Amino acid sequence: MTDFESQSVDLIIIGGGPAGLAAAISAKKNGVQDLIIIERNSWLGGILPQCIHDGFGLEIFQKPLTGPEYAQIYIEQLKKLKIPYMLNSMALEITPDKRVFVASPKGLLCFHSKAIILAMGCRERTRGQICIPGTRPAGVYTAGVAQNLINLKNVMVGKDIVILGSGDVGMIMARRLTLEGARVHAVVEILPHTNGLPRNNQQCLIDYEIPLLLSHTVTEIQGANRVKSICISPVKDNLEPIKEKEQKLTCDTLLLSIGLIPENDLSKPCGVELSSTTGGAIVKENLETSVQGVFACGNVLHVHDVVDFVTLEAERAGKSASEYILGRQLKLDRIRVKAGNGVRYVLPHYIPKGADLELLLRVVCPGEDTTIGFFDGNKLVASKKFRKVHPAEMIKIKLQNNETRTIDALKVEVLQK
Amino acid sequence: MKGRSEVLVIGGGIVGCAIARELAKFKLETVLLEKENDVCQGVSKGNSGVLHTGLYYPKGSLKARLCVEGRLMFPKLAKQLNVPYSLCGKHVIASTEEEVKDLGDLKTVGEKNGVQGLTIISGKELKKREPNVNALSALYSPVAGIISPYLFTIGLAENALDNGVKIFVNTRVLSIKQVKSGYKVATTKGVFYTDIIINSAGLYADRISAMVGLDKHKLYPCRGEYLILDKKCNKLIKSMIYPVPPKVAGVLGVHLTPTMDGNILIGPSAEFINEREDLRTTKEKIRQLMEGAKKLLPTIPLDKIIYAFSAVRSKITPPEEKASRDFIIQEDLRNFINLIGIESPGLTASPAIAKMIAHMIKKRKDIPEKTDFNPIRRRTIPFREASRTEQSSLIKGDPTYGEMVCRCEHVSKREIIDALDNPFSSKTINAVKFRTRAGMGRCHGGFCLPKIVEILKEEYKLPSEDINLKNLGSPLFVGATKDLRENE
Repeated sequence: MTDFESQSVDLIIIGGGPAGLAAAISAKKNGVQDLIIIERNSWLGGILPQCIHDGFGLEIFQKPLTGPEYAQIYIEQLKKLKIPYMLNSMALEITPDKRVFVASPKGLLCFHSKAIILAMGCRERTRGQICIPGTRPAGVYTAGVAQNLINLKNVMVGKDIVILGSGDVGMIMARRLTLEGARVHAVVEILPHTNGLPRNNQQCLIDYEIPLLLSHTVTEIQGANRVKSICISPVKDNLEPIKEKEQKLTCDTLLLSIGLIPENDLSKPCGVELSSTTGGAIVKENLETSVQGVFACGNVLHVHDVVDFVTLEAERAGKSASEYILGRQLKLDRIRVKAGNGVRYVLPHYIPKGADLELLLRVVCPGEDTTIGFFDGNKLVASKKFRKVHPAEMIKIKLQNNETRTIDALKVEVLQK
Repeated sequence: MKGRSEVLVIGGGIVGCAIARELAKFKLETVLLEKENDVCQGVSKGNSGVLHTGLYYPKGSLKARLCVEGRLMFPKLAKQLNVPYSLCGKHVIASTEEEVKDLGDLKTVGEKNGVQGLTIISGKELKKREPNVNALSALYSPVAGIISPYLFTIGLAENALDNGVKIFVNTRVLSIKQVKSGYKVATTKGVFYTDIIINSAGLYADRISAMVGLDKHKLYPCRGEYLILDKKCNKLIKSMIYPVPPKVAGVLGVHLTPTMDGNILIGPSAEFINEREDLRTTKEKIRQLMEGAKKLLPTIPLDKIIYAFSAVRSKITPPEEKASRDFIIQEDLRNFINLIGIESPGLTASPAIAKMIAHMIKKRKDIPEKTDFNPIRRRTIPFREASRTEQSSLIKGDPTYGEMVCRCEHVSKREIIDALDNPFSSKTINAVKFRTRAGMGRCHGGFCLPKIVEILKEEYKLPSEDINLKNLGSPLFVGATKDLRENE
């Protein structure tokens, strides 16, 4: 007995943020007629509407747009192409046979799909996950939540702010809060370098004279009802705080920008294999996951630095899904790609031999005049040199078909100088 | 003046609310006072939520008797109050030969206390039941259970209200005077007169007692810290996993407790502290809990911890004593009943404590039972607990059931609204969180907090400055965005 509404659909896209929008548009342009986007918020565009600063679109449109402007371009294309979408609707479960249960005010729906594109984005790491000791008062926010509250709900989260973590959202919020009349006392980063893009360090912290304390962390939150102060402390090389050098900062708010986690709660139960380094799916060069017909793109696959790259990746996922649905998917002989020394991760995890393609990777440490080598076993098959590398910046490397034609596995690592 | 009552209960924790609900069965004017803005805000909120069987307490003690009696009352009571519970059983595990002997002693004490079904099983048998746990042997108690302590307390309070008890929140007792007809209680919300006072003020019970000159009871606040593991780890254990208790001040040691919602609790630590308001978590204890958890469950994924919290036990056992002192439940002064040192197994014992108090009152007063007492408490069905078919009909009946506010715990707007409409008018983020679980998942409010703020602003017309996290005076916001700029 089923009491809920069932319907079949060729392609279901979970998430209506930048990835979901671009994937849907691309799928439709590539011939998929029967598709739908499921979005749990009451708007399209995901996180973009709350990103009122500019800097989006430099890669694709060669001009700086605000988040809402960038989203609007794709929302308009979506509407022009008459691609259906459901708002206030949340996917509850994806089954291994590609049924998707969706809760919406219109009812509980069950979509029987041929293909699925995972585009759920990411969520922020919280205070609880890194177990910051202390009390549990009001005034502790993740940076993205504070951004939402300030920019979309027009409420002010505090007056005297300390920010833990130098992720991009944290640095952008340091500037935003300063512009709103709050005082940002410090951005505290446990690593010896910022965790976000160097351009945000310049434009959000240095330009506004906001102190950045590298190799420091928050050791305690104080205040019973509302944050009254926090303790910060420099850290040793092993990142353990130096207790004797602890100092107290008076503030009413602690913002956390301590990392983003791909939101794969739906992916795992349907059988999608996840990578422990990216937190996202293990994918082939066509962005197909370990489950046939299930594709992943955007921040649910790996956390991106720039939205333009999310869009470009999602367009590829949309195209790949169309090939799968229309029976045009090629059977390819693939090899495994692995990250070696100095490389945090490399994507995709599987590539076809002897094809022109692009690898995405992130390094572990910042560096200058860095050479990245490509190995088949111990044999160096290619190398590329970069003037500057930073963990926050995604590195894109194009490989020519002749470079991978004869190899059996590929390991990517930073070469020692 | 708030009028007069026949019985006035001080403290809206588990014990106070259980007493209020029990007294609601009688033709009796009962009032309950709670200093915070909601029930279950103190000791009752932060514990393992375990229905104990009575292994640890000396025969003949109140703890032994009330724990065994209380636990047997739970199945019926939890059903009436519509609060989910589970008798998931418990394994006390022995890792050394000495601890193997201790298991035998625990079994003997338990059997003397009337605990049924206790068996000692081999490490091999344990491995079959709990593949992730290693031990030489284990004491198995099949009737130990789990329940959400806050849902239970809220259930008791709401059912008491439905049956005529008056509950006043934000009402702190300032002084108590004996007057001719009983007692005059001055509070932050005015004066109350009553014939009988029940002091179930938990961590502050000694101070309430001192207000009538009974200052012989001293509480030793003992903080316990906990870690919570992501629901994704719910397959790791099926039952509660306890160590053999360390022989210090009657604490039970760091244990692993599955919760009704699929999380695993690690804890509690035990640390005597000076300030009873000091609800810090500490780096040292967090580390200790992690180590304790690893001993019980070597494969426990500590990177899946989603939150750390603490609460303070109301101990009457001084730190230097090894064995735990018994509950104090007595009429210390005419018509003034003290409940002091109600720590573990206070949750389990609470229904039996409530019966005991009713008996004590019956000795003083002739109180007939009501004929119209309604023991059933209705609750909003949580969306996540319903089957897909049920979910479908819930949404058909009420579209707000289809609007998800909390992504991690699948809490719908219907549940949020019903929680905000609670009878105590507590419109805080935590009032919603403890009633619905919105914000208790792995993103810890990342998705639902802005949505709940929006509901409070738009549907309840609450100004931003009046939105509190927990008690009054825990504001989330300092105003609207333009306020600071305009003050420049």
